[in-house]
Amino acid sequence: MKQSTFDNKYLPYILLIPTFFILVVFLFYPAIETFRLSFFKIHPWTGAEKFAGFYNFVKIFTNRDYLRSFILSAFFALIVIAAGLFLSLLIALLLNQKIKGMRFYRSLLIWPYALSPAIAGALFNFLFNPANGVLCYFTGFRTWLTNGNTAIIVVIIAAVWKNLGYNIIFYLTSLRNVPGAALESASIDGAGSVKKFIYITFAFLSPTTFFLFVMNTIYAYFASFGLIDVLTEGGPSGSTKILIYYLYKDFFVHSKIGYAAAESLVLFSLVVGVTALQFRTAGKKVHYQ
Amino acid sequence: MRQTKNKIMGIHLLLIMSVLIISLPVILALIISTQTEAQVMSYPPGLIPGTNMVNNYIAAWNGVNLGRMIINSTIIAFGVIFGKVTMSLLAAFAFTHFEFKGRNFLFGAILVTLLLPVPVRIVALFDVIRSMHWIDTYAGLIIPFWASATSIFILIQRFKTVPSELIDASKMDGCTPMQYFFKVLLPLTRSTIGALVVINFIYIWNQYLWPLMATNSKEMRVVQVGIKMLMSTESTNNWGVIMAGVIITMIPPLFVFVVMQESFMKGFALQSEK
Repeated sequence: MKQSTFDNKYLPYILLIPTFFILVVFLFYPAIETFRLSFFKIHPWTGAEKFAGFYNFVKIFTNRDYLRSFILSAFFALIVIAAGLFLSLLIALLLNQKIKGMRFYRSLLIWPYALSPAIAGALFNFLFNPANGVLCYFTGFRTWLTNGNTAIIVVIIAAVWKNLGYNIIFYLTSLRNVPGAALESASIDGAGSVKKFIYITFAFLSPTTFFLFVMNTIYAYFASFGLIDVLTEGGPSGSTKILIYYLYKDFFVHSKIGYAAAESLVLFSLVVGVTALQFRTAGKKVHYQ
Repeated sequence: MRQTKNKIMGIHLLLIMSVLIISLPVILALIISTQTEAQVMSYPPGLIPGTNMVNNYIAAWNGVNLGRMIINSTIIAFGVIFGKVTMSLLAAFAFTHFEFKGRNFLFGAILVTLLLPVPVRIVALFDVIRSMHWIDTYAGLIIPFWASATSIFILIQRFKTVPSELIDASKMDGCTPMQYFFKVLLPLTRSTIGALVVINFIYIWNQYLWPLMATNSKEMRVVQVGIKMLMSTESTNNWGVIMAGVIITMIPPLFVFVVMQESFMKGFALQSEK
């Protein structure tokens, strides 16, 4: 249905001026400028620029530390997404049963959403601190955060914990939309409940899963910065230094502006990649419904 | 019958276990925030409330000037929300209630911003803010966040559900577009605006990277960065004070979340439909 509109030649533009002013100054210009800077060598103190072609990109991708950070980020994101989505789907399925007190349980299970990554970092820093962390005591292992191989595990646990509430909310909302009729006709056909779940529920959940995959990728790559800064500062010896932390260090601490700009562009291509995926699945969503 | 009863018991059990596991870090933080340094350091860890609650909370509050940071975070949250919601309402109104040249192009330009989260443009954004002398100012922490594709999309969805008859009737009554906007559209959009306020309050309150870079002075720091400052000022073992600071910092978004939960869930439902 087409919506009625007002006739006014200038008003729509006037209404859009504030938004576009902000977009140009704080989004488009900085994005294009960052893109441009990635092809320049920039003096850290004077800011003098010199065109350098792909120098910055060659430099970062031949740096072992950066490559390590690149792989670490992918590994980190993959585990955070897989574990996060699996656990939250499980909890959402429990919450979707018709039992008393569902709303009460729901509130008690999703509230960590309101906490920040930095808070999660502080909490898990305490839980795993070598001196007397509760979880160090119960696991009988004190060096969780001082050992590179285990520090990343702690970061992953904290990141998954923090984002569970968000994922549960979305899974729960879309589970409510699984049509009972489809499940009923399946059980008449004699489909076992496991099969029924896998075929029907999962088909209906797949748009949400893709949406959450994208949102969790962005979360793992970007929003986990605060968590890592408070929990490990990227350490010990770079073992939890994911790309966003690497970028922050190069730009803000070491003033390597050209490298940092190139690293931004790497992150940008990642965002473009997952967003393209989202758009493809948004198209699929229309088919399902 | 017996089987379903057992099944229901099992579900309750699993749910209670999940609740306990998810709440554990915060429950422990609450307990630790009442303990003295000696109580915190006892080994094995003492998991009963201690005797130092009031002192810890006062120490956390005074240690890094948490009060000032809470004021800063609050000003920033409401500054962002006010500008973002106002501008998104106007933009969504333009896109849904007018036909104009370049409409699709402009809409596409807004769509593109989904590809540009802060980290992707942070190098030059920092330069922009610095050349405006906005480092260490509220402006630098508020204004760059005023434009939001997500908020505009959510409002467009809402505006599209308003019956066309209302527009036709308003036109017949000689309403100007802005009169229609204020008198008809806004009152109908109240609950969606509520949802946007809740989501954005939590989002802005919990921001970390940009406030860390765009502020230098202690007076302009926000609560999230304050957590880390508290951890480095307090002696490493004084977890009681640190956890007290953590608890104080999480109260405002949790409060908003609990009080506005229904509106919050609604906002989320809208977000996934975008």
